[in-house]
Amino acid sequence: MGLIKKLSVWIGYLVALLVAPLFFDSILAISILNQMTIAIIFALSYNMLLGQGGMLSFGHAVYFGLGGFLAVHALILIEHETVFFSITFIPAIGGIIGLLAAVFIGSFSTRKAGTVFAMISLGIGELVASSSLIFSDFFGGEAGISGDRTFGPLFFGFDFAQNIEIYYLSAVWVFIATIFMYLFTQTPAGRMANAVRENPERAEFIGYSARKVRFISFCASGLFAGIAGGLFALNYEFITEENLNAITSGRVLLMAYIGGLGYFIGPIIGAVILTLMNSLLSNYSELWMLYLGIMFLLTVMFLPKGFAGFIMMHQTAWVKGSLKQLAVPYLITGIPALLFSTACVAIIEMSASEEEVFHYLGMELNPHSIFTWVIAIIIVVASFYATRRSLLQLANAWESANEIPDSKDSES
Amino acid sequence: MLEVFIFATLNGLVTGLLLFMLASGLTLIFSMMGVLNFAHASFYMLGAYFAFSISQYIGFWAGLIFAPLIVGVLGALVERYGLRRVHKSGHVAELVFTFGLAFLIEEIIQFVWGRDTKNYQYPDLLDFPLFTLFGQEFSAYRGFMIAISIGIFICLYRVLTKSRIGIIIQAAITHPNTVANLGHNVPLVFMGVFGVGTALAGLAGVIAGPVLTTFPGMAAVLGSIVFVIVVIGGLGSLAGAFIASLLIGLLQSYAIASDVGMADFLNLIGVSFERSHPLNDLWTLTLPQVAPILPYLLLVLVLVFRPTGLLGKREE
Repeated sequence: MGLIKKLSVWIGYLVALLVAPLFFDSILAISILNQMTIAIIFALSYNMLLGQGGMLSFGHAVYFGLGGFLAVHALILIEHETVFFSITFIPAIGGIIGLLAAVFIGSFSTRKAGTVFAMISLGIGELVASSSLIFSDFFGGEAGISGDRTFGPLFFGFDFAQNIEIYYLSAVWVFIATIFMYLFTQTPAGRMANAVRENPERAEFIGYSARKVRFISFCASGLFAGIAGGLFALNYEFITEENLNAITSGRVLLMAYIGGLGYFIGPIIGAVILTLMNSLLSNYSELWMLYLGIMFLLTVMFLPKGFAGFIMMHQTAWVKGSLKQLAVPYLITGIPALLFSTACVAIIEMSASEEEVFHYLGMELNPHSIFTWVIAIIIVVASFYATRRSLLQLANAWESANEIPDSKDSES
Repeated sequence: MLEVFIFATLNGLVTGLLLFMLASGLTLIFSMMGVLNFAHASFYMLGAYFAFSISQYIGFWAGLIFAPLIVGVLGALVERYGLRRVHKSGHVAELVFTFGLAFLIEEIIQFVWGRDTKNYQYPDLLDFPLFTLFGQEFSAYRGFMIAISIGIFICLYRVLTKSRIGIIIQAAITHPNTVANLGHNVPLVFMGVFGVGTALAGLAGVIAGPVLTTFPGMAAVLGSIVFVIVVIGGLGSLAGAFIASLLIGLLQSYAIASDVGMADFLNLIGVSFERSHPLNDLWTLTLPQVAPILPYLLLVLVLVFRPTGLLGKREE
């Protein structure tokens, strides 16, 4: 039964990957899906470091970017017919480069975890990003380099000119990469990575070199980051310095953290949420980065285990069958909280807007009238107060829903 | 040659002392709470922007006094309502929190002040050449920057080693529980140190704003360099931070001022390459070109060969 249950999760994942473009078939949706596949691999590879290995990296984009740059160079070589193979294998090239870079850098940076590792990764990240601007023949300077993915031999008749074809190729790569990353967590190396994260000293006492364990995780993580970079190169057909600098490194940290570090599925959730925010929210508001920052800080403060952790919090109640008891309390807290956040967004947007009439959620607001502001502020204050008041009943409901019955009761 | 050297030294000194103002707060906060505050340079940027706004209405000197105070209060609030909450989730969560804070502050600044560069000027009072050497002028404002930085360094040193509060702080770093048992409010001390540290960063922003231009990217420019300094100097070591600040400031200044490159070196050993050589970028590398990456190179080397930094004792 356990095996069937596990398999059904994977089959569900595969089906979701394959069916997604049938439901979301616009050009924008396909491009978002493509970004998602790249983000999923990248975030999962980051989780191998931070979530499983306890190594906080501020330079993970190095492996992503180097993989991507080499992948674009491979595309150029295919175009010039210097080498002859199908572009479907390009992500593998990215992966190999990511792995090589990780072997080299990991050989000295994994000696310590914690702050030392974080600082080395920061230094390496800045070093590589700045060097890439200096060596402009190879990295193309500020403009980056570009290739064309339609050359080379056809792969079962596909030339991958369409984005949808690239999507299916990415889906296959994502699925395989996810399986391997999951399997890695089940290997002794993956298990030991957890042990070293929790307590390196004890791990050393039972005979494992903490450094070696970290090094293995680090290399595996670099490999998958490189694969993500290769997919990026295939999808966009160009790559710039931005893909290996601190911006990309920061973004992947955000994804993994918002999704939830302790859980395998966490980074997948984070990658999906952030890609959606990135592409959809940016259409509605120029201030989406501000909201992203606020959301990130709130997540760190109130959901230290991310969204996945929030979902998993309900496991006890789910097993007990008392999840229903939580529905009404959640609504009582959720409605004023939602009102509070929409009103806050309205205030932020109104102060940024310079137009006479401000359209918000189907309403026409006048940002120049004091009346609008007073109403908005009253809503903010009132809904904040209501949310705070409702937290107590939520906490009570939470306690009773998660209450483990005494052993006496269960016996009788 | 001599004039280049002297001016490079003076400019390096200005940059180094400025960096020290940031690094001192950062290293103090680290030795107290064990948190590397990623948002430290963001408070520096906030200082510059607040001072710019104040200087628009009242004047530069009012900004010099009030902007660091505002930044310090903000910093204390961040510690009280943000960091303290995250503290129980562990060090990684704290680092990630300050990382997110840096991101958020940059966005907030763009939201409030806009994306463009602000025309933040230093006062007319300091707009004269302090001295002229080999026909080149050294502006009074730079002299003022040096004076302020050294003044702050002396004050900080005196307060930390001689005053009662300084002794409590020092004790709280190593033995927080004992200090609490003696009846001192340790969380309040932490909040105070965080506030003072961020206020120092704000002050650095106020005086650096007119010279290094006030724009939303100014935190990113200095942010990681300050980290480099704190790590190279040895985490938690104030004296180490001072040495490393001057070292980095001078190193960058000399590298920019010099005009030697790979080509000169190759000429020296009698090797030359065609322009079409695939590694052409490497053979034509010049020292000013690599100046921005020198600190990071130094950081990686120090961390690999001496993870505790120059004067650090803390082994993790």
